[in-house]
Amino acid sequence: MKLLNTLLAGAALAIGLGGMAHAEDKTKVGFVYVGPVGDFGWSYEHDQGRQAVEKAFGDKVETVFVESVPEGADSERVMTQMALDGADLIFTTSFGYMDPTINVAAKFPNVKFEHATGYKRAENVSTYSARFYEGRTVIGHIAGHMTETNTIGYIASFPIPEVIRGINSAYLAAKKVNPDVKMKIVWVYTWFDPGKEADAASALIDQGADIIMQHTDSPAAMTIAEEKGIYAFGQASDMKQFGPNARLSSIIDDWAPYYIARTKAVMDGTWVSTDTWDGIKPGMVEIGEFSDKIPADVQASATAIKEALEAGTMHSFTGPLNKQDGTAWLAEGETADDGTLAGMNFYVEGVEGEIPN
Amino acid sequence: MDISAVALIASLIVAATPILLAAIGELVVEKAGVLNLGVEGMMIIGAVVGFIAAVNTQSAFVGFVAGALAGGALSFLFAILTQYLLSNQVASGLALTLFGLGLAALLGHGYTGIKPPASPKMEFFGLSELPVLGPTVFHHDLMVYFSITLVAGVWAFLKFTRAGLVLRAVGENHDAAHALGYKVVRIRVAAILFGGACAGLGGAYLSLIRVPQWTEGMTAGAGWIALAIVVFASWKPWRIILGAYLFGGVTILQLNLQAIGVDIPVSYLSMAPYLVTIVVLVIMSADRARASLNAPASLGRIFHASN
Repeated sequence: MKLLNTLLAGAALAIGLGGMAHAEDKTKVGFVYVGPVGDFGWSYEHDQGRQAVEKAFGDKVETVFVESVPEGADSERVMTQMALDGADLIFTTSFGYMDPTINVAAKFPNVKFEHATGYKRAENVSTYSARFYEGRTVIGHIAGHMTETNTIGYIASFPIPEVIRGINSAYLAAKKVNPDVKMKIVWVYTWFDPGKEADAASALIDQGADIIMQHTDSPAAMTIAEEKGIYAFGQASDMKQFGPNARLSSIIDDWAPYYIARTKAVMDGTWVSTDTWDGIKPGMVEIGEFSDKIPADVQASATAIKEALEAGTMHSFTGPLNKQDGTAWLAEGETADDGTLAGMNFYVEGVEGEIPN
Repeated sequence: MDISAVALIASLIVAATPILLAAIGELVVEKAGVLNLGVEGMMIIGAVVGFIAAVNTQSAFVGFVAGALAGGALSFLFAILTQYLLSNQVASGLALTLFGLGLAALLGHGYTGIKPPASPKMEFFGLSELPVLGPTVFHHDLMVYFSITLVAGVWAFLKFTRAGLVLRAVGENHDAAHALGYKVVRIRVAAILFGGACAGLGGAYLSLIRVPQWTEGMTAGAGWIALAIVVFASWKPWRIILGAYLFGGVTILQLNLQAIGVDIPVSYLSMAPYLVTIVVLVIMSADRARASLNAPASLGRIFHASN
C-alpha cells in the first residue's frame, strides 16, 4: 500500500509538472483520503464533496486526490508532493493527518491547508469538522427505543475525542428513553478493514447486542446486521443498499457546501485560517430517512429531537451530567462548551469499560 | 454474560478460512522454491472476480470457481515474469500485489452495495442439530470443509506421492533436480498456478461469505498474514491449520473479550493476535538447526538451465 501511494503521488507529480503551463489560471485543489474512494462510507463522502467542487467551478478548478494514504509519515510525503505539484488548497481528511498537515504547511506558507476533525491550526491551516455527535443523539434515541436485549453494540475505531464524543452522545440519548440500556464497545484500531469490522459486529451480536452502531468507515457491519437479522445505522453514508432490512436510519456527512465555499475563498483571495464545526443546522450532518421498522411515535420523537438540535433549543450534552467516575461535569441545565467537547477524553456516567490510551 | 465457546469457534473458523486457503497455496509455491509475495493481490482479484461471477450467475459455486481461476490467471503473470523472464521474485511479487489491488478496484466499479447469493450451510443428516458439536463441527459452509480437505490433500501429495517428492526436490535444489531430468520451470509454474488459485479462492471466501460484500481494498492485509503463517507453520501443511485458526481465534477472542468488557487494556487485546504469532514463531525457531532445515533450500532463487 505504501509503495502504491508513493507511486501514485509520483505519477500525480509528473502529470502536474507537464500540465503546469496550462494550469496557471486554474485553482488546484488536492484531497488526501485515508480509505479508498469506493469505501461507501467516510472517504466516499469526501470524494462526493470533491466532485461537487469540480461541478461548481468547472474549468476554473482542477482537483487531484490520493486515496488509502496511511496516517503518519506517508501522508506527509503525499501532501508535500501535492504542494510541490502546485496545489493551492489541500484538504487532509483524517484525524491522523493532523501533525503531518502542520509540518507540511510550515514548509509551504503560500498553500492553504484544511484538516478535518483535528484541533491544530496555523496561519495557513484551517480545521473543519462536523458535529456528528448531534446525529448520534438522534440515532441513540432510536436505538434506545428499538433494542429488545437492552444492549447496543458500538464498533469504535481509535480512542480520540471525536469517537468518544459519539459514544457518550449516543449513550446519553439511548439511556434517556431506556434506563436499562447498556453499551458494549469494541475498539478495532482501524478506520477501514471490512473483515475486522465484520468480526467485531459478529462478536457484539454474540454478546447480546441487537443494534449495532459504528464509527468505522466500511459498510461491513451493516451487511452482518442484515445477515443476522438485527438493526444497524448507516455511518457517514446512507448504506441502505447494504442492509435494506437492518438499516434504521443513518448519519450522512455532507462536505460539498464547505468544500465549495473554501475553494471559492481561495479563488477570491479571502481565505483565512478558521475553525469550522458545523452540525445538523447548516446541513453538514444529515439524518438519513427513517426505516418503516421504527414505530410512528418514535419516528415523531426522533424528528422532534432533530428539529430541536437544528433550532438550537437542545444540546446533546445538557446537565445534570456526571463523568464516568461519578464526579460532576455539568450542572442542571448547563450545556457542554466546545472546548471540552473538542478534547473529550472521558466517558459519561453509565458507560462501562475504560477508554484505551 | 460470558463468552460462548461454541459461538467463538463458529466465528473463528469463518475468520480463519480465507487465510487458511491462501496460506496452503503459498506453502506449495514455496515448497517448489518460489517466493510469491503477491498473495494479497491474488486474493483481492479472487475476491472481486468471484463476487462479480456470483452476482451475475446468482451462484456462489460459480463465484468460487471464477475466483480461483482469476487468482490463477494473475499468478500466471508472475510465473511468466519469474520463470521465463527470470525477474526478481520479491520485486515481481510486490508488483503483483500492487497491480492486483488496482485492477480489483477497477473491476469492482459498479459492484459495491450488492448482496452476493447466499452460500448454504452444510447439513449432516441431523448431526448439525447436535448440541455443541453441531454448530462447531457440522454446521459450516462447504468451503470450510473443502479448505481442510485441501490441507489434507496437500499433505498427502507432498508426503506420499512421487510428484510431491519431485516438487520438493525442485524446491530444495533446482540444479540437482534439473540434472535428474525434471522440468524445473514447468513444475514451478504449476505450483505458482495452484498457489494463485488457492489465494483467489480465499479472496472469494472473503467477499462471498465472510464480509459478504465487495469493497475496495477489502483484503486489508490478509495476504500478508497468510505469508507469515507459511513461515509460522515451518512449511508443514497441518501447522497451516493450526496457524490460521490460532490467528483467527485470537482475533475473534480479543473482540469478544472487549465486548464483554474484560479488565484488560484494549491495546493489549488488539495486539494479541500478532503477539501470539510472534511468540509461536520464536518458540518454533528456537531450535535453529531444525528450523532452517525446514525452509526449502532454493527458496527465492532464480533458476536457469545454463547455470
